[in-house]
Amino acid sequence: MISALFFYLFAAVLIGSAFMVITVRNPVHAVLFLILAFFNAAGLFVLLSAEFLAMILVVVYVGAVMVLFLFVVMMLDVDFAELKAGFLRYLPVGVAVGAIMALELIFVVTAWITAPETIATVPAQAEDVTNTLALGRILYTDYVYLFEAASLILLVAMIGAIVLTLHHKEGVRRQKPADQVARDPKKAIEVVKVQSGRGLS
Amino acid sequence: MTIGLSHYLTVAAILFTLGIVGIFLNRKNIIVILMSVELILLAVNINLVAFSSFLGNLIGQVFALIVLTVAAAEAAIGLAIVVVYFRNRGTIDVADIHSMKG
Repeated sequence: MISALFFYLFAAVLIGSAFMVITVRNPVHAVLFLILAFFNAAGLFVLLSAEFLAMILVVVYVGAVMVLFLFVVMMLDVDFAELKAGFLRYLPVGVAVGAIMALELIFVVTAWITAPETIATVPAQAEDVTNTLALGRILYTDYVYLFEAASLILLVAMIGAIVLTLHHKEGVRRQKPADQVARDPKKAIEVVKVQSGRGLS
Repeated sequence: MTIGLSHYLTVAAILFTLGIVGIFLNRKNIIVILMSVELILLAVNINLVAFSSFLGNLIGQVFALIVLTVAAAEAAIGLAIVVVYFRNRGTIDVADIHSMKG
């Protein structure tokens, strides 16, 4: 009973905040509503007893990705009112496509039944193992290559983001560590024989 | 009243649809388009975790973890491209992005 109550709470806030994300005028508010949506999705994951993914969603998504979004939205000096101009023009077609799609998806979802033999073939999960432990057990054994591939994707994304955004301004004097390391007495000082009575011109 | 698999799938379907509609409504603002893509991927994740939980199979959660990784990488690269584009052109209007004549 209490879990049903929480399901409806999380689902309602999730859908409401997702609606606000796409309709609100100020993109900073949109990002904040997206954070709310992710928190409620994490609540749904907890109800589904996927605690590890719920925590990952909060830590990685709310903690890193959404802060990145917020940072970019605040850093770009964009006239967002101008970007909102075509909103009403695209509203009818957007709502039409969305309504058709939602109806179709919900028809599929409600008309669809799992074959009982499918459930029977799935091995039962051990009750005394926590979700995180069970997930780690299969992630580091059966799916270790998938896990490594995921880490490679993140590495490529990190290098890509750095390469894309890092740029050096022209005409700025900056330190050249290679030159400093390669410096030796021959380059640093010059010994000049000075004739007595005359200075160096 | 017990909450079944179809309840979660319905929530995910509505969320997915909202993401699609968001792309339609905010055709000019690429940041909101990226946020709509995040909503779509969240809907996919809810589907995967719901199936994983109700069918008692943990592989769905492994897949959701991979989807989460790809979504994070996509957000990072997408935002980096937006920042570079804004630095070069001074706008992020999607209608102005046509120099590749695609």
